[in-house]
Amino acid sequence: MSDKAYLLTGLNGDKTWGLADYIKRGGYEALKKILREQITPDAIIAELKKSALRGRGGAGFPTGLKWSFMPRQFPGAKYVCCNSDEGEPGTFKDRDLLRFNPHIVIEGMIIAGYAMGCERGYNYIHGEIFEIYERFEAALAEAREAGLLGKNILGSNFSFELFAHHGYGAYICGEETALLESIEGKKGQPRFKPPFPASYGLYGKPTTINNTETFASVPYIILNGGEAFLNLGKPNNGGTKLFSVSGHVERPGNYEVPLGTPFPELLEMAGGVRGGRKLKAVIPGGSSAPVLPASIIMDSTLDYDCIAKAGSMLGSGAVIVMDESTCMVKALERLSFFYHEESCGQCTPCREGTGWLYRVIHRIEHGQGRQEDIDLLDSVSENIMGRTICALGDAAAMPVKSFIKHFRDEFQYHIDNKRCLVPLELQREGSKIYVG
Amino acid sequence: MLSTESFKKIDQELEKYPVDQKQSAVMAALRIAQQEKDWLSDETIEAVANYLGMPPIAVFEVASFYNMYDLQAPGRYKLTVCTNLPCALSGGAVAGKYLKQKLGIEYNQTTADGQFTLKEGECMGACGDAPVMLVNNHRMCCKMTEAQIDQLLVELGK
Repeated sequence: MSDKAYLLTGLNGDKTWGLADYIKRGGYEALKKILREQITPDAIIAELKKSALRGRGGAGFPTGLKWSFMPRQFPGAKYVCCNSDEGEPGTFKDRDLLRFNPHIVIEGMIIAGYAMGCERGYNYIHGEIFEIYERFEAALAEAREAGLLGKNILGSNFSFELFAHHGYGAYICGEETALLESIEGKKGQPRFKPPFPASYGLYGKPTTINNTETFASVPYIILNGGEAFLNLGKPNNGGTKLFSVSGHVERPGNYEVPLGTPFPELLEMAGGVRGGRKLKAVIPGGSSAPVLPASIIMDSTLDYDCIAKAGSMLGSGAVIVMDESTCMVKALERLSFFYHEESCGQCTPCREGTGWLYRVIHRIEHGQGRQEDIDLLDSVSENIMGRTICALGDAAAMPVKSFIKHFRDEFQYHIDNKRCLVPLELQREGSKIYVG
Repeated sequence: MLSTESFKKIDQELEKYPVDQKQSAVMAALRIAQQEKDWLSDETIEAVANYLGMPPIAVFEVASFYNMYDLQAPGRYKLTVCTNLPCALSGGAVAGKYLKQKLGIEYNQTTADGQFTLKEGECMGACGDAPVMLVNNHRMCCKMTEAQIDQLLVELGK
């Protein structure tokens, strides 16, 4: 962990998640400062803008700007929602935040409620992590008990209620409007935008949705100032960031490093490539981000701008490491199966296209590929992208396009020789059960 | 019908939402109902619908959309193993194969004695702890080596 870390600093696994320990770490001081000094919502948003905090869920949208979109003089309810529906393959940072430091998320959401004039918030928690949902409920109960949530928080005239909503297994609900539909008790099918949630959100009311880690970054900014946060990272990429490192490394896990850290440093923190094998490729921002070959990623720094320039996305900071034992066709086959499985079925190009992609990749992997298949994959991907309501279509297409772009030879080899380029024995050796 | 205890839990969930938005509690209500009944039959779905004042088809839509709801009775223990790419790189797929072999069934099948159902899951957001599996949706087991899978199966009574 970097010495600049503030999200996971001072944490001791499952032992120190509670309110008393959070307060010992300086918790809720940011909220108290706002109430004591009567800092205005405008001042908070200005500070966020200065901090260059960008959304940690994947899109990297500037948080201060997002908050400023909320209408000021709206009569009636407004909502703030936290997106903890973490189901992007490779991403597991919000789980650790909620598990080890739930109050930092709660404090960030309370401040968001204050800054945007919302009296109610929801945290939408991924279905598969029920135990963490229960912990978050316990943290909420502690906060209510201490007068940090509810009516007239800490004796001020500001009131804010916060609740946890538990998902039940649908990747698509990580899309913000699908998430809202889901809280409303419906199928999680994304809405057309515009109208954007800031004008028509939960129950048709102005709503802002941010990722868990984004909210968790807010208390630091309030306490130390936007500039201090910005200085943790690099220009236009403020702060530290959690990177979930998975796949072929010696020590998979979450690592908090300043934005702008060179990729080889992160790889080293995670113990390097497993078994001393050679790095082949990395997906730097969750499965939806384009894959990068070793030569490109080893020269990159971990921030929104550099990874974008390299041809991919920083996304959620989920770094999937693949070494030389990986068959890229098989890897892509599994990802394509996932997008086909998780397409909500609303838009034809995605519903039909993701299945088509999977079937073609499946037949290549199983020795039945046709010469025209690689171009077919490219064309199906092209025809999904930009033609759907939400980004799942693009998310399914981008891995396909990038795998073909960088590893076309391996696909061609499969078609020509009806078997993997990477020897099966090496594949088995690389991906056997590994507990580091 | 559901038990009084389940309805009480649903009432607690209803308190989270505005009074005119009872439908928001449908996901939690279905989870609670499934906890009690092991799966969601048409009767159970109707009971939830009546309680929340929703058309049964709207409740069914939700129950069939989210993949942790069971619309058919699973075995006593439903084991869902994540085989998505990040997990597969660290043995998720191998763990799935091992379970198939131990239980003598394929994915989406139930053992003859009705004890175990095996499912292939999608990303559970715990890729750093691969191999990962869920027992009956709510209990997550991490870093499951073959020895630990054996131990889990013994604990669950195989």
